[in-house]
Amino acid sequence: MEVTAQGMPYADFKDNEYIESLVSELRANGTNVVVGSLDKLINWGRSNSIWPLTFATSCCGIEFIALGAARFDMARFGWEVARASPRQADFMMVAGTIVHRMAPVVRRLYDQLAEPKYVIACGGCAISGGPFKNSYHVVKGVGDVIPVDVYVPGCPPRPEAMIYGIMQLSRKIKVEKFFGGVNRQQKRSEFLAARDAAAALVKEGVEQEEGMSK
Amino acid sequence: MANVQEHIARLFPEATFEEGEWLLVNIPDAKWHSLAKTLKEDPELDFDYLVALVGMDWTETLGVMYYFTSTHLGHHVSVRVATDNREKPMLHSISDLWHVANLYEREVYDYFGIIFINHPDMRRLFLRNDWVGYPLRKDYDDSPEVNPVRLDHEAVDDVTYTYVEKPDGSVVKEKRTVFAPEDFVVNIGPQHPATHGVLRFRTAVDGETIKKIDLYLGYIHRGIEKLCEGLGYMQTLHFTDRLDYLSAQQNRHCLCLCIEKAMGLEVPRRAEVIRVMMDELMRISSHLLFMGTFCMDLGATTMLFYTLRERERILDIFEKTCGARMTFNYHCIGGVLEDLDKDFVADVKALLEVMPKAIKEYDTIFTGNVIAHNRMDGVGVLSKEDVISYGATGPVGRASGWACDVRKTAPYGIYSELDFDEITLPEGDSMARYLVRVEEIKQSCRILEQLVDNIPEGDICAKVPKVIKLPEGHWFQQVEASRGAFGVYIESHGDQKPWRVKFNSPCMNLAGIVPHAAEGGKIADLITIGGTFDYVVPDIDR
Repeated sequence: MEVTAQGMPYADFKDNEYIESLVSELRANGTNVVVGSLDKLINWGRSNSIWPLTFATSCCGIEFIALGAARFDMARFGWEVARASPRQADFMMVAGTIVHRMAPVVRRLYDQLAEPKYVIACGGCAISGGPFKNSYHVVKGVGDVIPVDVYVPGCPPRPEAMIYGIMQLSRKIKVEKFFGGVNRQQKRSEFLAARDAAAALVKEGVEQEEGMSK
Repeated sequence: MANVQEHIARLFPEATFEEGEWLLVNIPDAKWHSLAKTLKEDPELDFDYLVALVGMDWTETLGVMYYFTSTHLGHHVSVRVATDNREKPMLHSISDLWHVANLYEREVYDYFGIIFINHPDMRRLFLRNDWVGYPLRKDYDDSPEVNPVRLDHEAVDDVTYTYVEKPDGSVVKEKRTVFAPEDFVVNIGPQHPATHGVLRFRTAVDGETIKKIDLYLGYIHRGIEKLCEGLGYMQTLHFTDRLDYLSAQQNRHCLCLCIEKAMGLEVPRRAEVIRVMMDELMRISSHLLFMGTFCMDLGATTMLFYTLRERERILDIFEKTCGARMTFNYHCIGGVLEDLDKDFVADVKALLEVMPKAIKEYDTIFTGNVIAHNRMDGVGVLSKEDVISYGATGPVGRASGWACDVRKTAPYGIYSELDFDEITLPEGDSMARYLVRVEEIKQSCRILEQLVDNIPEGDICAKVPKVIKLPEGHWFQQVEASRGAFGVYIESHGDQKPWRVKFNSPCMNLAGIVPHAAEGGKIADLITIGGTFDYVVPDIDR
């Protein structure tokens, strides 16, 4: 299956093996004709209007601004609706270094994004800590804090690289199962159970630390 | 210089002096506060501007280096105060004399654990309040087990502590409230589109009026100064590009100048000219981005597209020569890394042709607009005394009438040969800060015009040894970055690695003056004020 995005020829994409393995994994048990066709339609719409959350901590954020301006013009692809509130955004472009103090804030922002949600780690710092990897206060990659869908390398990545990164995300969205997949609804009881489990984990950690300090 | 030394020696016989680029005074802590008061208030000394405050760990002792300048008399002095108590180091605070010391001393407390007696607010500045240890001490344990990545939110402090000295000499820890329980506190940031990055204000409001702002920093504190201590001098250079990424060239110029000064290295003329041209191109591109984003903050979205159009031209010029759109890695110790691209002169000339028309266009769109005037005239007024005391340099200082341009006050490179004006305006409001930047674009164009046809032939880089070792000593260098005076302090103990590197960033002072400018105004004005200060948050936090 040839998955393309924004009209770019399939052969021009660099990592088609990955997307093919993803497709075969998702289609391993076959697809229902009706649901499959509806998925295709809905995903076509979703993949062409992914709205970013305006979230930038450092240099990469300036390139993200340049991406919105006339020369690179991400509005061509339906990505220009940068939202200041995570509740209205589809994906989060982690543009810049994430440090210890910021980590819980990033986590909260991610939790506040409405499902289905995606994360792009943009630039060396967000991928691995980049030039600040050895610092006492830098998180070694945002992947430690939240799950990441696409990595865009560079310091900072050029706007073209960012466009390519979002196109990769757009391809991933195209092959996803919408019904019974990303459109899952969590039951209230499940949500509460997960929340309590997380709270218990935090509490345990705090107790352990207190025990250590004693 | 001798005059200052004699004067201090007469009043403080216990002070010892060391000659250097700036006169250095050693003073015991017991006498420090009264010396500071004399430095500030004595009309013959009149040191009204605290340039830098550098925390130090000399292994046996902990201490602070202070750098002062007199804006009226033009002389300089530096002071060293130290304590040998590593368990509970205490020094006297000078935050009652220079406002800028407030944040600086909190930074030193955060890095070294030095407590400042009589400082009104001894909280950590950059690190979480549950952080273990003081990272810039030489014996800091940086293993991830001690300070793991915590995903729980830190407790918000509504109380702070101050260490008050009693008349009998004992020091007592006292509680102070930041916000009273009845205060209505609105949290702005760290994720907010108008803070230009991850800056956080806790704002107590009464209706729409701001009563008090509590500044939270450190959401992008990357520990660059500590990283520098583990690297060779050549390797430290790339961090400066990532501090204030909109003054990347100037910042790197500053670090190169400081290292060259320590080595006694002469830079070829061609490299000097190229450096200044790159600095000025960077300044234009930074001010263009300021105009775009600031107008967008006020709701004039269109401006961003116009100013970024010209900015892209400049980035193209950079890209052809340096190979990158940002984080150029272009200046190096002894000169510049690569020769100019063959199109450079033609491109700069084309840019200089476009800029006057472009500025006229911006003026038509925004500067004369009645809404822009309503939002900016008389908003966030700062007096000249305020900006000096808070150390707010750059366009913000000049908009309040303080002639603080380092290119004029302490010329470096070839700036002394160039013909350009320092723009100062008396009003001190947001409109003045905006206009100063527009005028500075024109002045930078003027500098480029003088140089573009006069780039001399020759080497682009002096001969530099592969491994750089600086002699023992300490050096301080400032340049005029896009946002104000950027300073670098290096202390070397004769190794291949620096003992201490301190970046004295202009943006931290700008963030420090926000509460003063915004308190008593409206919430909407906070956006205007923050926009005109144009701070870059990674430069605040470093």
